[in-house]
Amino acid sequence: MKFLRDALDKVKPNFEKGGKWEKFYYVYEAHDTLLFAPNSTTKSKGVQIRDAIDMKRMMMTVIIALLPCLLFGIYNVGLQHFIAIGQPDASLGSIIWVGVVQVIPIVAVSYIFGLGTEFTFATIRRHPVNEGFLVTGMLIPLVMPPDIPLWQVALATVFAVIIAKEAFGGTGMNILNVALTARAFLYFAYPGQISGDVWTYIGEGNQAVAGFSGATPLSIAGESLINGENVQQTLNAFSYGGGASGGMYGFENLFLGFYPGSIGATSVLMCLIGAFVLIVTGVGSWKIIVSVFAGAYGMGLLFNLIGANEFMMLDPSYHLVIGGMAFGAVYMATDPVTASQTETGKWIYGFMIGLLTVLIRVLNPAYPEGIMLAILFMNVFAPLIDHYVVIANKKRRLSRATV
Amino acid sequence: MELFSLGIKSIFVENMIFAYFLGMCSFLAVSKKVSTAIGLGAAVIFVLTITVPVNWLIQDKVLKEGALAWLGSSFAEVNLEFLQFIMFIAIIAAMVQLVEMIIEKFSPALYGSLGIFLPLIAVNCAILGSSLFMVQRDYTLSEATVFGFGSGIGWMLAIVALAAIREKLKYSNVPDGLKGLGITMLITGLMGIAFKSFIGIAI
Repeated sequence: MKFLRDALDKVKPNFEKGGKWEKFYYVYEAHDTLLFAPNSTTKSKGVQIRDAIDMKRMMMTVIIALLPCLLFGIYNVGLQHFIAIGQPDASLGSIIWVGVVQVIPIVAVSYIFGLGTEFTFATIRRHPVNEGFLVTGMLIPLVMPPDIPLWQVALATVFAVIIAKEAFGGTGMNILNVALTARAFLYFAYPGQISGDVWTYIGEGNQAVAGFSGATPLSIAGESLINGENVQQTLNAFSYGGGASGGMYGFENLFLGFYPGSIGATSVLMCLIGAFVLIVTGVGSWKIIVSVFAGAYGMGLLFNLIGANEFMMLDPSYHLVIGGMAFGAVYMATDPVTASQTETGKWIYGFMIGLLTVLIRVLNPAYPEGIMLAILFMNVFAPLIDHYVVIANKKRRLSRATV
Repeated sequence: MELFSLGIKSIFVENMIFAYFLGMCSFLAVSKKVSTAIGLGAAVIFVLTITVPVNWLIQDKVLKEGALAWLGSSFAEVNLEFLQFIMFIAIIAAMVQLVEMIIEKFSPALYGSLGIFLPLIAVNCAILGSSLFMVQRDYTLSEATVFGFGSGIGWMLAIVALAAIREKLKYSNVPDGLKGLGITMLITGLMGIAFKSFIGIAI
């Protein structure tokens, strides 16, 4: 790596004060710190915590936790493609190839446009480029349908980075989760490309098998609600083109994730692996993850008790494995910037996300996937929760004071 | 049950701020501190809960075509609906005066921090808006009361959440041109996206 260091050192004077590209110092600095651990230490003034973790390491941990979802997503996009055109026995190589061709451009567009915006802002506003976007840029493609037009990805990424993040001053200062803002933006601006039968990549010139429907488990559940069928049975019975045996939307397959959906958000198993990485390294809050699932399960149970329609009667454990629930709980709700900062607040915040997710799913036919909007909604209320937790804490401690 | 779902609907689904953009002026101006926002929110709830049913009575017993029939058969044809705006606003202004006196008596601190925005509730569009929605949607008296109360809660929820966010914004690094109202408008828009989750909900 010596030659890389030498090359960087060689151009460094150009970017320092008085150099000819002084304006672009932060562009240089971002590359430098990405490639090598910075050798600067914090000034010895003030209160500090000694810890090896910095923002870069934290974000890299999240990327590592996201890798299982990305790899599985690539495989699954290919697999669903071949199932939909009636060749479920396609070779592993061709499955992965189709997946790579579909997924990698989306990832690349998200990174190029997002980082481009970020670097522009850093240069103009003279603040360092943070590694925050490395995670956002990975989350955005994972919550997109595989067939999304690339220009929409670019537009949504730029919108989210500018409006939801840079307008507030960059990483760590935003109020809404940036990746979710991108997704919500697309959802409301171009509903045609991000809802309905877009979750399987068919490709031009290919004929879908008989019985194919691009419906996701949630839209199936919504439909069977209208037809007055038992949601659970419909889900279990759903299948086409020789997909997973035992029903494409049976509990087991929903857990494993071999079904159409957002690129990286279908597999609960992969999300749990990611959750394990996040919790062990202490990067993600286990309290939020646990309370999101608890909230969703609790609301599912409550709906079971009310039992006004078939969707309400769905076994609550299904709610935990359908759609992007697990992905949102593990990667989006735990975003340390937009979640509640206080420990009690995290329980309330997570629980409300779970509760609202199931509520929106069951009661709001307009938005089959509730987790996205539930997290955004609680992002809005997280500062309020913190405010009251802090006040309650002050009160509790004041009552102990005897002065 | 129907009243309950109407209440939920007026709080979340048809939120005065995020669904109709009513009452934006004080929403943007008095949301710098959570405690002040709560004070104003409570005042709005109070005023709405009283004025909507009172205006319903006025509309039903005085203004509506034929509403004056109880005075005698010669009044059965009278239609005073052209007086609707002025009557509603008079009622609202009177209620706001009442609230103002109560707050000044019991919480001078809150009275001071609300300042001009307290009397301005009288021209808060959310309040006149609720009364007009009430007429337009043909609510009954109990529905009107629940609707007024729910709209107030929804308005308070929105302003308190915005105030908490703005308190947190102290730690942000907002570009100079966007500081103050600019970023508040952006936040309102982003909050609107989040509130969209409820639009279309069927209870």
